[in-house]
Amino acid sequence: MHLDHSHDTTTVVSADAARSDGTRRALRIGLGGPVGSGKTATVAALCRALRDTYSIAVVTNDIYTREDAEFLLRNAVLPPERIQAVETGACPHTAIRDDISANLEAVEDLEDAVGPLDLILVESGGDNLTATFSKGLVDAQVFVIDVAGGDDIPRKGGPGVTTADLLVVNKTDLAPYVGSDLGRMAHDARTQRGELPVAFTSLTSGEGVKPVADWVRGQLAAWSA
Amino acid sequence: MDTTSPHGASPGAARAALLVLADGRFPAGGHAHSGGAEAAVKAGRIRDATDLATFCRGRLHTTGLTSAALAAAAAVGADPLVLDEAADARTPSPALRTTARKLGRQLMRAARAAWPCDALDALAAARPRGAHQPVVLGVTAHAAGLGPEDAAHCVAYESVGGPATAVVRLLGLDPFEATAVLARLAPELDQVARRAAEAGRRAPAEGPGALPAASAPLLDITAQAHAAWPVRLFAS
Ligand SMILES: Nc1nc2c(ncn2[C@@H]2O[C@H](COP(=O)(O)OP(=O)(O)OP(=O)(O)O)[C@@H](O)[C@H]2O)c(=O)[nH]1
Ligand SMILES: [Mg+2]
Repeated sequence: MHLDHSHDTTTVVSADAARSDGTRRALRIGLGGPVGSGKTATVAALCRALRDTYSIAVVTNDIYTREDAEFLLRNAVLPPERIQAVETGACPHTAIRDDISANLEAVEDLEDAVGPLDLILVESGGDNLTATFSKGLVDAQVFVIDVAGGDDIPRKGGPGVTTADLLVVNKTDLAPYVGSDLGRMAHDARTQRGELPVAFTSLTSGEGVKPVADWVRGQLAAWSA
Repeated sequence: MDTTSPHGASPGAARAALLVLADGRFPAGGHAHSGGAEAAVKAGRIRDATDLATFCRGRLHTTGLTSAALAAAAAVGADPLVLDEAADARTPSPALRTTARKLGRQLMRAARAAWPCDALDALAAARPRGAHQPVVLGVTAHAAGLGPEDAAHCVAYESVGGPATAVVRLLGLDPFEATAVLARLAPELDQVARRAAEAGRRAPAEGPGALPAASAPLLDITAQAHAAWPVRLFAS
């Protein structure tokens, strides 16, 4: 027997684009970023914006509570059976990057329970600027920072800021109060990221999550094309 | 069951595969579990390296031995489904049964990627929600060309390595002290693994009654309580 021998793949291959019955599985998008930047608020807003068009589920990776999952439940952005909380042993970056087994199990359980799904959003608990998702877990990732965390974060870079498929700079409504220069953040982000997109959002005002929702729609269209 | 393993030269002769399987970075979900250490820390039973050593010694000789023997039995070809039932019988706490199956399912994913073979496929198909982790580990060890002592060592080491890592995170315990605790336990660990392997070798002929059933009631009780905590760092 050889390592490349093909085995029944119901659970074995994490990044396979097809389900075991041959149909295309749900697109998986990761949302990471520092503590309190607005990841859960973004997930909630995305669910509201997209749930009438797509079949959606959410996996949260909390650090020591079920806070994120409970916020989503309380706000009834999705029925409870579409939300799963993964426990991370104090290390969300391990659970989303180095050892993704518990997250993949949650993804599988959601597909079993409420599938077929179009989209699974995987939120990482707030972590540091180097925390990124494994390609074995997600197909695309969003890094969410906010203007109140300091307008020098795009300049500092790091894997999240530099390589995420979408960088979201959230809480633009707070910029005047915390002295953050949005123009400078946009310029620094472009320097770090080249052609990769950046969205400025305020979830409490204006068009809210729309720029992110539009980007997700684009990803979904490309995924199912 | 055949004695040749799909990915090894001769069974029991592989060594590097043991390092891969025993590595704390092997992606099988263990990092989110404290092996009962979080509950013991909260209750004030682990406050320093001395307490950690006592806790680990207790765990090694109870659930450590029992789990290691199950793994050894699976590694010599005892029927994994019979062993899975034997593991249930030796795990009175429903919370710990759930944890063992969850970790078994997670290990299965990594094992099938690392050492794909029919035995793992068959166990995954028979227990899609997960078999007990030590049973999966034993089948994996065989697939990797490892023997019963290797499988027993892996499980015995895990039974103390998990709590030691968790206590470093929970208490900010000096990581050198925590590692020294494990090093001091190494001779006992070897003994436990040998005992487990001996019992495991008898299991195919004598049935699961040949396997030890040592248990730690306090670990069972605190695991039940811990599973209901609203705020915790570790899943178990
Ligand atoms: N003013 C303002 N507040 C926001 C905005 N987005 C989120 N918030 C608030 O910021 C706080 C943190 O938001 P969350 O969505 O919980 O942040 P998070 O990134 O999920 O946090 P962790 O999961 O703890 O890392 C909450 O009080 C939100 O209401 C925004 O655009 N503007
Ligand atoms: Mg959150």
